[in-house]
Amino acid sequence: MNTRSLAPLAAERHIPNVWDIVAILCVFGTLATVTHIGRGTFVRIDAPGATEISLDPWRLPEYAVRTTLRMFVALAASLVFTFTYGTAAAKSRRASLILIPLLDILQSVPILGFLTFTVVFFMNLFPGQVLGLELASIFAIFTSQAWNMAFSMYQSLRTVPADLLEAAISFRLSPWQKFWRLEVPFAVPGLVWNTMMSMSGGWFFVVASEAISVGDNTWKLPGIGSYIAQAQTERDLPAIVWAIVTMLVVILAYDQFLFRPLVAWSARFRFETTSGATASDPWMLRLIRRTRLLRSLGDYIGRAASAFGGLRLSFGSGPRLRRESHSRMSSLIWGTLVCGLLVWSCWQAFTFVAAELSWPDLGEASLLGFVTLVRVVVLMVIASLIWVPIGVWLGLRPAWARRAQPLAQFLAAFPANLFFPMFVIVIVHFGLNRDIWLTPLMVLGTQWYILFNVVAGAAAFPGDLREAANSFHVGGFLWWRKVIVPGIFPYYITGAITASGGCWNAAIVAEVVSWGDTRLVAHGLGAYIAEATERGDMARVVLGVAVMSAFVLTFNRLLWHPLYAYARRRLTLG
Amino acid sequence: MDAPLLEVFGCRQAYHKEANADLVVLDDVNLTLREGEIVALLGRSGSGKSTLLRIVSGLLSPTAGQVSWRGEPVVGPMEGIAMVFQSFALFPWLTVKENVELGLEARGVSRVEREKRAEDALDLIGLGGFASAYPKELSGGMRQRVGLARALVVYPDLLLMDEPFSALDVLTAETLRTDLIDLWAEGKLPVKSVLMVTHNIEEAVLMCDRILLFSSNPGRVASELKVPFPHPRNRLDPAFRQMVDDIYALMTRRTPTEPKAAESPVHPLAMPLQRVGINLMAGLMEALAAPPYDGRADLPALAATLHYEVDDLLPLGETLQLLRFAVLEEGDIYLTDKGRAFVQSDVDGRRVLFAETLRTHVPLANMIRQVLEERWNHRASAVRFRDELEDHMSPDYAADTLRTVIGWGRYAELFGYDEETEQFNLDDQE
Repeated sequence: MNTRSLAPLAAERHIPNVWDIVAILCVFGTLATVTHIGRGTFVRIDAPGATEISLDPWRLPEYAVRTTLRMFVALAASLVFTFTYGTAAAKSRRASLILIPLLDILQSVPILGFLTFTVVFFMNLFPGQVLGLELASIFAIFTSQAWNMAFSMYQSLRTVPADLLEAAISFRLSPWQKFWRLEVPFAVPGLVWNTMMSMSGGWFFVVASEAISVGDNTWKLPGIGSYIAQAQTERDLPAIVWAIVTMLVVILAYDQFLFRPLVAWSARFRFETTSGATASDPWMLRLIRRTRLLRSLGDYIGRAASAFGGLRLSFGSGPRLRRESHSRMSSLIWGTLVCGLLVWSCWQAFTFVAAELSWPDLGEASLLGFVTLVRVVVLMVIASLIWVPIGVWLGLRPAWARRAQPLAQFLAAFPANLFFPMFVIVIVHFGLNRDIWLTPLMVLGTQWYILFNVVAGAAAFPGDLREAANSFHVGGFLWWRKVIVPGIFPYYITGAITASGGCWNAAIVAEVVSWGDTRLVAHGLGAYIAEATERGDMARVVLGVAVMSAFVLTFNRLLWHPLYAYARRRLTLG
Repeated sequence: MDAPLLEVFGCRQAYHKEANADLVVLDDVNLTLREGEIVALLGRSGSGKSTLLRIVSGLLSPTAGQVSWRGEPVVGPMEGIAMVFQSFALFPWLTVKENVELGLEARGVSRVEREKRAEDALDLIGLGGFASAYPKELSGGMRQRVGLARALVVYPDLLLMDEPFSALDVLTAETLRTDLIDLWAEGKLPVKSVLMVTHNIEEAVLMCDRILLFSSNPGRVASELKVPFPHPRNRLDPAFRQMVDDIYALMTRRTPTEPKAAESPVHPLAMPLQRVGINLMAGLMEALAAPPYDGRADLPALAATLHYEVDDLLPLGETLQLLRFAVLEEGDIYLTDKGRAFVQSDVDGRRVLFAETLRTHVPLANMIRQVLEERWNHRASAVRFRDELEDHMSPDYAADTLRTVIGWGRYAELFGYDEETEQFNLDDQE
């Protein structure tokens, strides 16, 4: 298409059409709501109604908006973190020495265990104000979102194709221009995907972090999570159903309005030189493109963003040859400094815990850790046995795979803790063994990662290999063992790593659940941490979280990392 | 005559290797470039010609020596130098027009001016209708035209081209070459001089006024040739053919692995092997043994028939020479008696003959076999051999050499190799 031939039409372009009216209504509605909610966060905690939760279903839309808003504030914070932390780690070899292992640890630490500390911290920052609670909740969501986004940014920046980098340097792009023209676009597809994953994880945490009790105090921030918590205390089953329905609507809306268009848009940054089959645009993107005003606004913003990225900002004297040669001495000093800091912080944690606890406590926590470990392993095995065959069946049938894929992603995003009360009712009613029957709660939300990765793997399985297997009459168990399982293994591992990480985190909320006065506690490290949190027993919380982190890290190092490396090396097709 | 555009004095590029001598990629290279000429850097892969281009472009700084551009030292990408890449290096998320405007934007040229110049450049190179397309919608030839337009739009005094046509198919490459030369001859290219890297002899003779012939290991300018023909040139002109033949002769004469070299007392591991597979060797030997060659062929003719470039054919020929299956001589290649014996043998006979050859003429293969036989468990780590190889050659060469010897050894059933543990073994051997 030639731009000149469009010039006569330009005058008509700015007259709003029907779609514009729809879109403008949406925009103003959103703005008004945000302002209204924003006012609510600056009141005092003891102000009337500030932290009261009403079980009236008509209040649910407001609660839902507040919860969603928290999510997006946290998301914005995560993006800021990603662009600073991820970039710093990728640009400086020395910074990456400390930033990357730190990120790796933060990724595998059970974040829910830290809720206690952050609440106390933020409450002290804004004493007596709702804002402190809000920030604590937002921080909890942030910690569930930020790490993998930063990691994705780091990895993208480290793998920018060498020839594009050379082209950018040889055409004398300033570092600023290089960042926005080359590095950020290259990172976009990975970042969008990880943001989506993060948001999915975030819903779980927003629900868990709105109703917080530390020691004798219990605070409930207006939101869906608190609504559920309140309904649990009041044994109000219809309220729980209402909350679940509301959540479904919210997740469906954010998926349709935000992520579908975003994923479709990010496809253009995918680094591939051949044009593959592209899926049709989601309706939201088409709507935006159809509106006249919105589109010209979008164009305007796009041009402004482009000018922003094209600024010839430079923090040196033009492009220079980079020589990264640090002297051995300074590297040594840096290394010593990092090690020193590490030892010092470990020592701090140790003395804090040791002041109140002794070795038998460590033994107890480790033992409970093993119990939870057994749970996680059993759950992973069972979930795999169920979802791998189903995923393969779906993935090999394109028509089904297309429908199953978004559904599984949707289910993964749905905060499983909303369903916990249902399980409690059943367990209490039938008097089931809580150590066994509370266990499935841990995998409720995370099993979908296995499903949709397996579906993706099976869908990507090459047709010629399937035909070859058919023509040699490979069937039955042999087919599973030699053909499809190795074929989907890398995908399966990716899903299983996410699922198992999620399980550990969920243990903290899944091993202790209550329904009114009925409290179900299973034996395990999650329950240990949850109960210590409720008692305000900081030393035990620290110990529990430390032991759980150790378990997760060891589990990752000994099982998942080698398996992942093997899958990448051996079983990746092509 | 006016001052040279570009001058390179005593340029040396070496990679430091601890405890050992530096690995020299480029050694004592001098180059002067004046206005109005197209110069080719011609050589085999690994002769450092691409490295030299990157030094000239300011992407790489040399270990020693000076590079000056219009009398000023080159310390980074200079204004007035633009580059065309072998892989095109187009930004997939920018449209053709945005890609072309990139260099202008970096200079802070205003939007209106940018659009005008981009449009002119696209029209010049025959891409006027593709301005709003994305690179992935274009064919390889069109993509490289975008790469050219992107370089030309900044009106560079010097255009650098790094094997610009080697990623394209034969016909597309030819069209692009002639289009470019036509524009140059008509004075329509907004450049004063062109420096291009190539491993295609005919391409160099077709396009350039001067050819610098590089020798490998370390990279040096072995000889300099002037191409006296006026544009447009005719590939079939006898003088043109003769020049191509001469360059082939020059390149084969200066190969490092002449028969004598292997017998001289160099370290047994100081012999880099090129990644040439068994099937390729067998195929070439069979082709040579059959009519019309009957055992002897002229390299340029052979390359033309097989659609091979010098970069494909020479490593193959040299490897056959190393294994004593063939001899390279003055631009010709001929089969030895052993080569003929190989061609006439059956599958198993070939394997046995190849195994014998490896043990006598490839010290590395012989050494691996010996170590395995001496070990009680008949196992040896590949890492150890790679480390030893790296004492004598660059890590890339060492990795290539090891991969090659693994392939050859497996074929000859001299030893086995387990990829997972990176270990040599004698498991499959009788």
